[in-house]
Amino acid sequence: MELLVETWEYVAENADRFQQAALVHLGLSFGALAIAMLIFIPLGVLASMGGRLTANIVGAVAAVRVIPSLAVILLLLPVYGLGWRPALIALTLLAGPPLVVNTDVGLRGVDAATLEAATGLGMTRSQRFWRVKLPLALPVIVTGVRTAAVEVIGSATLAAFVGAGGLGLFITSGITLLDERMLLAGAIAVTILALLTEWALARLEGRVTPPGTARA
Amino acid sequence: MTNARSSPTPRHPDTPTPPSGATQIRFERVTKQFDNGEGARPAVDDVSLTIEPGEFVVLIGPSGCGKTTLLKLINRLYDPTSGVVLVDGTPSQDLPGPDLRRHMGYVIQQGGLFPHYTVEKNIAVVPNLLGWEKARTRARVDELLELVGLPPGEYRHRYPSQLSGGQQQRVGIARAVAASPGTLLMDEPFGALDAITRSRLQEELRALTNRLGQTVVFVTHDIDEAVLLADRIAVMREGRVEQYDTPTEIIMRPCNRFVADLVGADDLLRRLSLVGALAAMVPLDSDDGIGEDEITVDVPIRVRHVLSLLLESGAPRVIVRQDGVPVGYLDLPAIQAVSIPHYDGADDALG
Ligand SMILES: Nc1ncnc2c1ncn2[C@@H]1O[C@H](COP(=O)(O)OP(=O)(O)OP(=O)(O)O)[C@@H](O)[C@H]1O
Ligand SMILES: [Mg+2]
Repeated sequence: MELLVETWEYVAENADRFQQAALVHLGLSFGALAIAMLIFIPLGVLASMGGRLTANIVGAVAAVRVIPSLAVILLLLPVYGLGWRPALIALTLLAGPPLVVNTDVGLRGVDAATLEAATGLGMTRSQRFWRVKLPLALPVIVTGVRTAAVEVIGSATLAAFVGAGGLGLFITSGITLLDERMLLAGAIAVTILALLTEWALARLEGRVTPPGTARA
Repeated sequence: MTNARSSPTPRHPDTPTPPSGATQIRFERVTKQFDNGEGARPAVDDVSLTIEPGEFVVLIGPSGCGKTTLLKLINRLYDPTSGVVLVDGTPSQDLPGPDLRRHMGYVIQQGGLFPHYTVEKNIAVVPNLLGWEKARTRARVDELLELVGLPPGEYRHRYPSQLSGGQQQRVGIARAVAASPGTLLMDEPFGALDAITRSRLQEELRALTNRLGQTVVFVTHDIDEAVLLADRIAVMREGRVEQYDTPTEIIMRPCNRFVADLVGADDLLRRLSLVGALAAMVPLDSDDGIGEDEITVDVPIRVRHVLSLLLESGAPRVIVRQDGVPVGYLDLPAIQAVSIPHYDGADDALG
C-alpha cells in the first residue's frame, strides 16, 4: 500500500515526463495499429478469396507470429539504428496476424444464403462486398483489431530498449535504478492504457454487431 | 404493363436491355451439370419449356429433382452447361447478370434476409439499387408491409433476428416484389407459414400477379398450392420435366404413374378436391331453365365441395355460376366422369 502511495507521488512529481511518455506510447501504438490495419485487413480480404493464395498468406502470417517482437526490434536495429522506426515496424508486424486471421475468418463466415440473396437481388460483386459481406464480417474484424491493439500497447513497452521512449522508459529505468516506484508507475500505466483500449473496442464491436446476431 | 423503370447506370448501346415488363422465358434443351464427380446425373437434364409472359408456372417434384436449379438458371445465378435460356428471346448469357436480376424478383428458399438491415432496409434493397427516391421507396415499403400483414409501425425497424420464421418469409416476399419486377421467381416462399397466413398470402399473390400481369415461376412441394396458384404446372423428376400442363390436365390426365402418384390421382376424393367446378361441369344450354330453389355455387369452387352439397341436400344437381351468371351444372354423373383417372400407360416405368 505504501508503495502505491509512493508510486502515485512519483507520478505526480514527474507529471510532465509521464504525460510525455504516455503520449509517445500511444502514438507509437496507434500509429503501428493504423498502418497495420491499412496493410493487413486488405491482406485478410485477399486471403478470404480462397485457393492457394489463402494458404500462402495465412502461412506467412503464422510464421511472423512465432518471432518474438523483441527479436524483430533487434533484427531491425542494424538497418534503422536506434529510435522510433524499428519500434514502429516491429509493432506493425506484431499487429498483423490477428488482423489477417480475423478478417479472413470473418469474411468467410458470412452465411452463404445471405450472399446468394444479395446476388439474386441484383447486387454487383463490389456492392455485395461493401453492403453485405464486409458489414457482416465487421464484428469479427473488430475483435481482431482489439486483440492487435492490446498486444501492441503491451509490446510498445519494448520500444524503450531502442530509445524510442514511451512508458517502457519508466520500466527499464526502474529496473536499472532498482526503483520500484518508477517500475510500478510504468507497468500500471501500460495496463490501464491496454484496458481502456480493450473496453473502447469492445464497445465498438457491440455497435457494429446487428441485434440478435451476436456470437456466443 | 405501364411500369416505366429507369436504370441509373447508362448502358452500352450494344448491350441488350433486360426486360422490364412481364417476360417470356424459354428453356431450349437446357442441361445443368454440377461437378459432383464422375457419373453424377445432371441437376437439370435436357429441359425444354416455354413460360409465356404473364403466366403463373409452378414447379413441383420431389426433393433434389432440380426445381431450385431450374429457377436459378432463369436469373443467371447459374448458367446452363448446355442449351440456352431465352429471356424475351435474348439468350440469358447476353444479359448482364445484376441488371437482369434487378428486374426479376427473387425469393430465396432459405430466407436469406440481410441480418444487418432492418425490415425496412431489407425491402428497400432493390429500389435502392435502382436509384428510387427516398419518399417513393418509403411509401412502397409501408404498402408492402401492410400487404404481407406486418403493420409497418411495429415492424419497420425490427431486425430479421427479431422476427419469427414465417414473418421473415413474408419480408422476403415483400423484398422480392418491392420494385414491381416483371418476373417473379419464388422458391418455396410459403414453406414456413401457418395454413391461414399461407392461404391469405396465396390469394394476395394471385391477386397481385393478376393485377400486374407478372410472369411468375413458383416452386413448391404442395400439390394443393400448385393447383390453386398455377396457370400451368411443371412436374419434375430427376432433372427432367415429366409433364407440363394446366392443373386440370395434370390431375385429369397425368401422363404416367409418377405424376399420377404425385397428384394423388388414384385417391378419388383427393382428385375431386383438386379439380375445379368449371373443369368438371356440364355447360348450361340457353333454354335450360333453372328452378327457383336450385342450389347455386360460385366459382372458384372445387368439385369435392359440390359433391358434399349434392349429398347433403339430395338435390339432383348444383348450378355453377361465374361472375354471378349461371354457366353450367354438376350432377353425380358429371362428377363421376372426372373421378376416373386417365393416364397413358405408354411410358409407365413404375408399373
Ligand atoms: N451448388 C450445387 N453444387 C452441386 N450440386 C448441387 C448444387 N445445387 C444443387 N445440386 C444438386 O443438384 C440436384 C438438384 O438440386 P436442387 O436444389 O435444384 O433440388 P430441388 O428440387 O430444389 O430440391 P428441394 O425440393 O429439396 O429444394 C440435387 O441432386 C443437388 O444435390
Ligand atoms: Mg430447392
